[in-house]
Amino acid sequence: MTWSAIIHIIVYIAALLVFVKLLGAYMARVYEGRPCGIDTFFGPIERMIYRAAGIAPERGMSWKEYAVAMLLFNIAGIVVVYLLQRFQGILPVNPQALPAVPPDLAFNTAVSFATNTNWQSYGGETTLSYLTQMLGLTVQNFVSAATGMAVLVALIRGFAQKQIETIGNFWADLVRSTLYILIPLALILACALVSQGVVQTFKHSEKVALLQAGHGITEQVLPLGPAASQVAIKQLGTNGGGFFNVNSAHPFENPTPLSNFMEMLAILLIPAALCYTFGVMVRDKRQGWALLAAMLIIIVPCLFVCAGIEQKGNPLLNGLGVDQRWSAAQPGGNMEGKEARFGIAGSAVWAVATTAASNGSVNAMHDSFMPLGGLIPLWLMQLGEVIFGGVGSGLYGMLAFVIIAVFIAGLMIGRTPEYLGKKIEAYEMKMASLIILIPPILVLIGTAVAVVVPQGKGAVLNAGAHGFSEILYAFSSAGNNNGSAFAGLGANNFFYNIALGLAMFIARYWLIIPILAIAGSLSRKRTVPVSQGTLPTHTPLFVLFVVMVVLVVGALTFFPALALGPIVEHLMLYGH
Amino acid sequence: MFREHIRPMLVIFAILTVITGVLYPLAVTGVAHCFFRDQGNGSLVVRDGRAVGSRLIGQQFDDPKYFWGRLSATAPVPYNGASSAGSNLGPMNPAFIEAVKARIAALKAADPENTDPIPVDLVTASGSGLDPHISAAAARYQVGRVARARGVSPDIVTSLVQKHTAGRFLGIIGEPIVNVLGLNLELDGYKNTKTE
Repeated sequence: MTWSAIIHIIVYIAALLVFVKLLGAYMARVYEGRPCGIDTFFGPIERMIYRAAGIAPERGMSWKEYAVAMLLFNIAGIVVVYLLQRFQGILPVNPQALPAVPPDLAFNTAVSFATNTNWQSYGGETTLSYLTQMLGLTVQNFVSAATGMAVLVALIRGFAQKQIETIGNFWADLVRSTLYILIPLALILACALVSQGVVQTFKHSEKVALLQAGHGITEQVLPLGPAASQVAIKQLGTNGGGFFNVNSAHPFENPTPLSNFMEMLAILLIPAALCYTFGVMVRDKRQGWALLAAMLIIIVPCLFVCAGIEQKGNPLLNGLGVDQRWSAAQPGGNMEGKEARFGIAGSAVWAVATTAASNGSVNAMHDSFMPLGGLIPLWLMQLGEVIFGGVGSGLYGMLAFVIIAVFIAGLMIGRTPEYLGKKIEAYEMKMASLIILIPPILVLIGTAVAVVVPQGKGAVLNAGAHGFSEILYAFSSAGNNNGSAFAGLGANNFFYNIALGLAMFIARYWLIIPILAIAGSLSRKRTVPVSQGTLPTHTPLFVLFVVMVVLVVGALTFFPALALGPIVEHLMLYGH
Repeated sequence: MFREHIRPMLVIFAILTVITGVLYPLAVTGVAHCFFRDQGNGSLVVRDGRAVGSRLIGQQFDDPKYFWGRLSATAPVPYNGASSAGSNLGPMNPAFIEAVKARIAALKAADPENTDPIPVDLVTASGSGLDPHISAAAARYQVGRVARARGVSPDIVTSLVQKHTAGRFLGIIGEPIVNVLGLNLELDGYKNTKTE
């Protein structure tokens, strides 16, 4: 661990916390329909949308109606992205003349972007036309994020309201999330990124002469395109799907240490700020800070551990006359798969942030991390993407863990559990259990199937324990809607495209539906007045208790699988 | 409950597609075109009216008279701009160790007298396969070889390296790096002015 990495981590967390209150308070105004400063511009557009759609935004929906609207909209997204890919060969805005995408890959990509996963089975530069990227992927980057935020807001209303049958209007929540939050932030970030050198043009490429011709070639093709606009929203919306194949490791997606810092900040920005929004909307800001504290307690040690392990470097290089020590003139450490401009700290912090949040963009190849350095991102995904998690989805997942925590605490003290004045009863517990059990089932069963079928085993790049880690990582990523990969796995085959596509679909919608059911059930309940027997849920004790519940569930479920992958690999590496 | 949502679904999907998929990228492109034309178009390096590369995309160098960049795992040739890729080799993969050893051998063959330890970024593949930079230490390691191959004093090469070195942002974020293409272009220019 170097001083520069320590400072890097501290500056990162501090910068994040600066924005939490600012953005969190703003988002609360947006969702409560109060004036938010940019209504003069976006208000008329918003009202025009409602008029054209023929809806009354203030009309509340029951949870079932909310779920139907949400599912219809998301399935429409999947269908449109699928069709765009299948017909891109005959559609316009395809300067590279790319052909239609095969059906299994198109299915995988469509589900991947609609579910806010952005698992990329395809290669950005070589598979999708600009039309597909813009009308398909960029649109889903916005609306899949907005869907997550809408569902979270519906759940928050469930806690905040008393004896009301409805949980808000999905269409209004969707439109307001997009217009008032995602678009303004994305515009600002995209312009800042262009200033750093992220490309943004409709020219498809540039040819330059090589200074030193060799290997029988004299020219280099520089891929261009409207990258900055997509990169901005892929980071803010915890999407993560890159414009280019290597995602944010590509110098045209992430050219400088400053662009790297801004993109990392964007990864956690909205998920962190939503904690504050939650506090404002339930009329008790301490509750929001408590959840943010629980998330920080888990992520901060992960940042230090991952950076420390990567900085230590690879013992197999020690005898070869290679200098892996950090100095004022070099990053040192395990630099395989990392960019010189980011070094160890900039790569390790990113890896932790992108997997704590369900972002999944990468600026270094996780597959080439040290065994335990790669274990951290893998495990953060397996915790269920609740440590910040996706925009909206991270906090509603965390609230499911909170429900489990108050239930366990209620058993300990022999009282009916309650949270924010709402009694937590059998129905809520059943739904919360579903939310917590479905992702591990997808991950573990998916991995188990993949290691026995030929297409599953045959796709690994690295033999042995590391190959098992590649498969486990793929299903952990898809089963928790993250989207990052141990990219050596050649996942673009029929088995993985379908299996991971199904995992992403189930992990997203079979969690949203029980969340909305909880929202509906809570919304109908009366509020129990605070009494002496009420468990306070904003105290350090409760924060630690929630952390323990998250860790115990995550650790116990996945430890055997982790032992077969990264842990065995670590022991073999150092046992040499 | 189902049918009444068909119209909002279609209308809102269409309008949000236009706003986020068309107007938003166009707006960003407009801003890029007005204020950041150079950056938005790939940060091209232009010599005599001709683009000779991008400041942000590395090129392959293995001639001793040039500074060498990171290893590149792109296919079919290194530094293939059309297809970015990392090696994705695990830390114990024999192919990874072989690639490191091959690079060390190449560096030693080009500069047999140099017994300094080799900076790790010079023997490992970058994440993108297009990394335009090496660490300041990796540049320093190569100064002797480049100076000898060009028949110039190492001091001159060192001063050019320093000119192309960027420090950490605000002293804390990022790493001290040298732009390999920029440095090599200047080296060629330097030689030309000397011989003419």
